[in-house]
Amino acid sequence: MALGYNTITFNPDKCDGCGDCMRACSQAKAGTDDPVHSRIQILANETPSTGEQQSPIEMAMCRQCGDPKCVSNCPAAALSKDLSSGTIDWDSSKCVNCLLCTVGCAFGGITYNVEVGHVTKCDTCDGNPACVKVCPHGALEYNTSGSVYTRIGDKEDLFVPGLSACQGCNSELLIRHTLRNVGSNVVVATPPGCIPGMGTVGYNGKTGTKVPVFHPLLTNTASMLAGIKKQYNRVGRDVTMLALAGDGGVGDVGFQSLSGAAERNEQQLFMCVDNEGYMNTGMQSSGSTPAGSWTSTTPVGKEMQGKRTDAKNMARIMMMHNCEYVATASLSFMDDYYDKLDKALAASKRGFAYLHVYAPCPTGWRFPAAETIEVCRKQVESNFVTLWEFTPDQGLQFTRSVDKPAPLADYLKQIGKYRHLNQDQIDHLQRRVDNQVKSLKAFEQTSAVS
Amino acid sequence: MQHSKYLIIGSSHAALEAVAAIRMQDPDGSLTLITRDKHLPYSPTVLPYVVSGRSQPDNINLKDQAYFDLHAIEFIPGRKVEKIEPENHCVILDNGQQWQYDKLLLATGASPLIPPISGLDQTEFLVLRTLEDAIALRQASSQAKKAIVLGAGLVGMHGAENLAEAGLDVTVVEMQTQVLPGYFDPQAAGLIESAFSQHGVTMKMGHRAVRIEQQDNGCQVELENGETLEADLLLVSTGVKPVTDYCAGSGIETDQGILVDDHMATNQTDIWAAGDVTQAGDFYSNAQVVTGILPDAVEQGRIAGMAMSEDPCLKSYNGGIPINTYTFYGQQAISVGVSDLSTGTLADCSEVELSVDTDNGFFQKIIFKDNQLQGISGINAALDPGIMWQLILRRIDLADDKADFVAKPLETGRRLMSRTWR
Repeated sequence: MALGYNTITFNPDKCDGCGDCMRACSQAKAGTDDPVHSRIQILANETPSTGEQQSPIEMAMCRQCGDPKCVSNCPAAALSKDLSSGTIDWDSSKCVNCLLCTVGCAFGGITYNVEVGHVTKCDTCDGNPACVKVCPHGALEYNTSGSVYTRIGDKEDLFVPGLSACQGCNSELLIRHTLRNVGSNVVVATPPGCIPGMGTVGYNGKTGTKVPVFHPLLTNTASMLAGIKKQYNRVGRDVTMLALAGDGGVGDVGFQSLSGAAERNEQQLFMCVDNEGYMNTGMQSSGSTPAGSWTSTTPVGKEMQGKRTDAKNMARIMMMHNCEYVATASLSFMDDYYDKLDKALAASKRGFAYLHVYAPCPTGWRFPAAETIEVCRKQVESNFVTLWEFTPDQGLQFTRSVDKPAPLADYLKQIGKYRHLNQDQIDHLQRRVDNQVKSLKAFEQTSAVS
Repeated sequence: MQHSKYLIIGSSHAALEAVAAIRMQDPDGSLTLITRDKHLPYSPTVLPYVVSGRSQPDNINLKDQAYFDLHAIEFIPGRKVEKIEPENHCVILDNGQQWQYDKLLLATGASPLIPPISGLDQTEFLVLRTLEDAIALRQASSQAKKAIVLGAGLVGMHGAENLAEAGLDVTVVEMQTQVLPGYFDPQAAGLIESAFSQHGVTMKMGHRAVRIEQQDNGCQVELENGETLEADLLLVSTGVKPVTDYCAGSGIETDQGILVDDHMATNQTDIWAAGDVTQAGDFYSNAQVVTGILPDAVEQGRIAGMAMSEDPCLKSYNGGIPINTYTFYGQQAISVGVSDLSTGTLADCSEVELSVDTDNGFFQKIIFKDNQLQGISGINAALDPGIMWQLILRRIDLADDKADFVAKPLETGRRLMSRTWR
């Protein structure tokens, strides 16, 4: 079985070269501030190049390679890859100080430390890296997505192969991951939309899942699940109720039964897979379609320049229902998604849980199929999508910093449905994003006080 | 007759790297390692540390039986290849056993080159290439008083230091005028040489041994100038030569080593060669060279393994570059690429940036050509050799960064590489 590992990630755009990480590393490894002991080297450019742009900050540290050349080059078997943690371990009792490992490393990740008289390298502080903890700008992160894959790799994929999702659609990825983690003790409801359209509910009398799945109306998904749950409860069986609905089935046509179930705190996990429109029926606009978007019902021409009104923020609306658990998630941040899925599942045993997952649509939004995850990432990095969670006790908390976002224009320009936008429209969307963040932050502060 | 889809002769770095590459692509195909050595795989490079006692003979294995079991690899130590019959896809071992292969890798390494010095064949001497050699040398060093080391290459220099540290009176005799030729220029070599002199090792550079005689308690070495030296321990470390004797009559093309193309393929179908046994492309010229260095063996083993298992990511060999990291008396010497313009073909239009502080034992020499790094060597200079190697191999344009690079090769190199990866 393939193993995925946790890893330290570095985003040079967020780094200002403060050096806190190096001091933290030196402290952790040698008890001093002397950067010679730091196994992460931030290389701030002291002499900015003559060009207009300041050179970005560079970084040297061990990548914990999957196929490590330092290990191959070691004649003394002093280096080895730990297959459970993924780190490359150095054994002082075997090392002969020949420095051949440093010949193998093209990253400056294993280097001779003249003060201690042998090579040193990052060991990720046994999965709790000191550098990441002190980074004041979020430039360093400890990404745990890798271990997600290891954790679920052995679980059964409960979604059948050969489904007919569009190329590049991340819903298939989402459903396969979700069902693996939810397990087989579940009843799945998929109201009309792309998810049943791609074959979840099956063809010719056979389902597309290996668990019970049904196809409610757009209008009654939440109430049907509520009824099924009550029947299971009555017969004494603890079965998970899971809705996989599109944004239309959540925020437009499905809203009244959803709102009612949330208000009654029915025990179910309602998941919105938001592709910002009715994509399977011909890319019509929905209540989740952002202003300015081209859709087949909000065309671009003489009269119209895409959708005239803003999208409603469904996750926030659900938060106002004071559900057991509400969260937003993006598939470019799988560790965050898994964390929330676990919490949402647990909450659905007590009452209503709502997960809003963003699903950029290569077909309907017009961007290359290979770039879905990158689009997901840019949504988050620009704050167009914010990652947060809510519980009645804790209130709203961001799970990823919304400080220092990338310009929204960087996100918009890679997507065909926004190609016609003029500067006013871009400015409008940027204001909208800024206001949303401001308002969510106000909720976060309220949570902190109460 | 036995059969193995992949048959690999040898068990050190090139062979093991090929095994890893094959298993990445083909987890199940039968794979057999046959080696003339009697032990679990180890590296010849670790042997000087076995001599010094820093490494224990039972603690130097690069792989163990559990690894072979895990990856379904049959490991057969203590067997030599006698003959190869490419037309039959067959290898014949020294016990007469025949092995049929689909793909064959020759990674038989090198063995000590014994110079044609009169009387040497009648004299007891030691070499250092196998674990047995290392154990014998360690044992001998504990009993002897006076040692002569013939040859001031890496093995000789490590050997001399170990013997001197063990309390012996050591003399190093080298035909060339400097230590470690090919890796360091005469000035840098001088610094290394003087460290040895300061530690009481007698360094006789530019001296040729012309006659060696066995005596009751050791040997006598006569030099070209008539001087005679006596010792009770003689270490011959005048270089190595690829082990290719079994290629005779097979049609496999050899020169100094087995000739290979840039995918490590020999001239015979389904036979590859990698590591110290090969004579492969040079990075700087069109020549075919024997490099005999560990990082190159790893590189070649990887390429051969990928070629044998038809890995679609196979890339061509970049060509060999001399690389050396050498620690002596607690000091570090590093050399990547060209180090001495007087002996190479790069003398024209090359730029040299030299920085030396003899009092502090610091040396740094950087050679550029057309704004590309050609070589860098240093003593007690902080460098990332792996990054320097990449800067040379990728022919990275340093026009805008040259001043920074000369001033701070460590930081600038890291910055350049980080930028390149991004």
